[in-house]
Amino acid sequence: MAIHPTEVIPDALMSSSAGASDAASKTVKMPIGIPDFTLREEERIVPDSEPPVLPLNKDLKYIGKPTERWDGRAKATGRARYTADVQLPGMLYAKFVNASVPHAKILSVDTSAAESHPGVKGVHVIEKILGNAVLRNPSLEQSRYPLVRYVGQPVAAVAATSPQAAEDAAAKIKVKYEPLPFVVDMDLAREADAPLVFPGAADQAGTAGGGGSAGGLTQTGNVHGPAVHKVGDAEQAFKESDVVVDAHYTTQVQTHSALETHGVVADWKPEMLTVYASTQGTASVREECAAFFQLPMSKVRVITEYMGGGFGAKFGAGNPGVVAAALSRKTGAPVRLMLDRQEEHLSVGNRPSSDQRLRIGAKKDGTITAIQLISYGTAGCGTGAGCAGPATNLYKWATLHVEENDVFTNAGPAAAFRAPGHPQGAFALEQSIDELAERLNMDLLDLRDRIDENPVRRVQRQIIRESAIWKSRHATPNTDAGPIKRGIGLSQSVWYRHLTMESAAEVRVHKDGSLEVLSAVQDIGSGIKTVLAQILAEQFGVPPAKVEVKVGDTNYPVGPNSGGSVTTASLTPAVRDAAWQASQKFLASIAPSLGTSASDLSLNEGMVRSKSNKFQPMTFRSAAARMNTDQVTAQAKRIPDYDPKKYDTYGGVDVAEVAVDTETGRIHVKHVYAVHDCGRPMNPTQVISQINGGVIQGVSYTLFEHRLLDPNYGIMVNANLDKYKIAGSFEIPKIEVVLTESYIGQSSTDASGIGEAAGIISAGAAIANAFYNATGVRIRQLPMTPAVVLAALNKPKPQMEAL
Amino acid sequence: MTGNEPPSDRHSDRSANSTTAKKLTRRGFLKGAGITAASTALIEGVQGFQQEALAATPEHVKEYGPEAAPVTLHINGREHTVRIEPRTTLAEALRVELGMTGTKISCDRGVCSSCTVWLDKMPVNSCMTLAVDAVDHQITTIEGLSVDNEVHPLQEAFVRHDAMQCGFCTPGMVMSSAALLERNPHPSEADVRMAVSGNLCRCGTYPKIFAAVLDVSSHQATKA
Repeated sequence: MAIHPTEVIPDALMSSSAGASDAASKTVKMPIGIPDFTLREEERIVPDSEPPVLPLNKDLKYIGKPTERWDGRAKATGRARYTADVQLPGMLYAKFVNASVPHAKILSVDTSAAESHPGVKGVHVIEKILGNAVLRNPSLEQSRYPLVRYVGQPVAAVAATSPQAAEDAAAKIKVKYEPLPFVVDMDLAREADAPLVFPGAADQAGTAGGGGSAGGLTQTGNVHGPAVHKVGDAEQAFKESDVVVDAHYTTQVQTHSALETHGVVADWKPEMLTVYASTQGTASVREECAAFFQLPMSKVRVITEYMGGGFGAKFGAGNPGVVAAALSRKTGAPVRLMLDRQEEHLSVGNRPSSDQRLRIGAKKDGTITAIQLISYGTAGCGTGAGCAGPATNLYKWATLHVEENDVFTNAGPAAAFRAPGHPQGAFALEQSIDELAERLNMDLLDLRDRIDENPVRRVQRQIIRESAIWKSRHATPNTDAGPIKRGIGLSQSVWYRHLTMESAAEVRVHKDGSLEVLSAVQDIGSGIKTVLAQILAEQFGVPPAKVEVKVGDTNYPVGPNSGGSVTTASLTPAVRDAAWQASQKFLASIAPSLGTSASDLSLNEGMVRSKSNKFQPMTFRSAAARMNTDQVTAQAKRIPDYDPKKYDTYGGVDVAEVAVDTETGRIHVKHVYAVHDCGRPMNPTQVISQINGGVIQGVSYTLFEHRLLDPNYGIMVNANLDKYKIAGSFEIPKIEVVLTESYIGQSSTDASGIGEAAGIISAGAAIANAFYNATGVRIRQLPMTPAVVLAALNKPKPQMEAL
Repeated sequence: MTGNEPPSDRHSDRSANSTTAKKLTRRGFLKGAGITAASTALIEGVQGFQQEALAATPEHVKEYGPEAAPVTLHINGREHTVRIEPRTTLAEALRVELGMTGTKISCDRGVCSSCTVWLDKMPVNSCMTLAVDAVDHQITTIEGLSVDNEVHPLQEAFVRHDAMQCGFCTPGMVMSSAALLERNPHPSEADVRMAVSGNLCRCGTYPKIFAAVLDVSSHQATKA
């Protein structure tokens, strides 16, 4: 904590500066549970330096209230400056040269024609590729350049004075390949004589957003794994089960398709490497740049003012980051390298496919005796196709047997993608649970009540039970007589309380009454800027719009990388702690001129009061003028959860209503009723926006999205946004969101994120279950395109019109 | 409209009929692009044709290229002269040459409409419009939608309804739906869906975008 020598330090702060672990502690009573349902109080022992317990949202003025997005006006007027908008004096434009073949050794790269192209200032040939899995024994491959493992793998880059010159020059780089056998189809890649993507075992580390897989797993051919998780004797338990549901599910590869592509502007100066990056982690970009170029962390600055979507794929500097930095170093000028849409599909991540055999055994009363999941999935030349999260964590089971396998193919490496593994896993699990209920002749919600003890999910199911949409559900499948059949189904989701302790902030109070909060955290669109403003607003009693929020710059205290829904849960307690400590210092700094002591003063709802009535209450702003210094500051870092033994999950229950046109095979999702939990919702407006988004992304994944690779050439045939279809305005269902505000007594804000649990996990299964309710037929394959639907309904394929 | 016509022809077209911009459909463009691609083998013939066309060019017609040349664009009520190659798209001219980065490029092939601007109040994809084709048209960008520091009511409504998340599609969404309100002050939700049917949003903010546009529409109703 930065302490000014002239400041009066309240005792509580002195103790906190000695470190949270050995600091004095206090016992507080915290609200636990769900208001109107299960609210009670529990005691927690917390460090003395912690602020007072934050009341329920209903008793607060700014936190928990629908609040306008802090930077909404900047975004709506086009003033918001994204990485692609950064323009620096003398800036060059860079363009990648990408591999045109799926598997090859690069024999030579001839850059001479490109170098002499007018406007070209520098050419860089890649000698170390990032993102792909890495051979455990690198000596298995001898090559000057990285082996090409997928079409679109960056090979070289050109920096020139205009985007056109860079593009023209890139086309003049001649790459000579020695082609190698390749495989892009996962089923073929699993065969014994399949071409090998890697000549030996290879591993891919995870990123801050998840993905990757454990190292050291066995690898047979292209099959990396299994990662085995066994509890008890599942085989025996199946034998003793009254019912066993056994099914096979497949899901496709989805690409992130953020509207702002990956990219950076890198400015290498002798004194500092500055990287403007479209990233979910300023810290992750800084770390990777420092490691790659062997620079001290202090010599790398990363700036992300605004970023146009990431969904898990934007961590670290990546190939664009390090290549732009290398070109900047070479040319002595700032270099912009933004990927184009095709590159975005090919080389910077995707959600792996899955092929799942799921068996669930149960007793007559619904108790689950065994869950077995054997999964395969391809993350291209990366790993991270595991999808056992829901099967492992959503329900109670007596025995468990999970085997997750990655299958290497000659395709771009996967990256974490919003709730990695969970949409795939839930698509299978939640259909099988419905099937189990049917076999047991149990109500879908009653069965889940029996096997899911999570108190929040229990309340959510009760809300569903009482909802109009659920009451309107056909009791038996395939009720409608006409060609268009209506159906309603549900699915649950689960996500976890992940935290990163590397979450810090500084709060400044100025003598003119203005307030600042600073953190390196980036706002990826979920709205953390607004939430930070609300926290200061609550502490000092000023409107959030009046708080200056400075984020997205590693010059500020370290911020969390925004992946796995960690940001709100990790950072908000640090900000509240800093705000509270700053307010205490502020009172200490005005006490002398008010002829009293800090302990006589209070700051509530924007008014400074004297407990002994030494003066009339005054506004925060007029009190600030009496500060004995120009600025007081306080920094705080995330402290561990109050009860580290407690383990919490978040999630929701989503109900989907569909209309299935059994003649055309088209599924129309009409209505989604989404009941969700993210602890204390800090800003319900933004939480609802994120849930809308999760639902829509889930509908899009379920019905439309499909990365298609040509098996003969290994090329992605729909690497754009016209043939790679994502949901648009005509496919948006009516979405109703219910938030179950819940308290767990874990931090000074008791808040959590919603990004992963927001609907993408459950949409696939909810729609599939609704489809079953509509038609009496199960679809166990994604995406549910008209062809898949018609095949499931045993309808002949529609005849193509003669051209 | 084949895309092969010199800008001058279109200019004279437009002065005669201001609705020509409406003919700038994607179908029309694709047709033109198809012809261009298919005629690669006939390139000599085309060049011959071009020379004939140039020989027949009337004197008042302006020619551009192939090198960079000055081009004057009317943007948000002001004239801007930029030196660009004829292949420069309007989106690139705005962003790279003029630093007007409110207009976004996301797909760069006319699918996502992040780059939507108005040509004479008609929304167009600026990534699919050559800058030289925008000469003699009134171009309105997101920066020009707010006049005299007065934020456009639709932009206010976008903020009020939180009709954005990452915000990258927002300028395009605003331009498409503001154009709708210009031609139809009281649209239905179906009209709004149609107006932004070319605009993609990956964060999934559509419900709030619909609400924001309909909110402005209802306010206009009370005023009337």
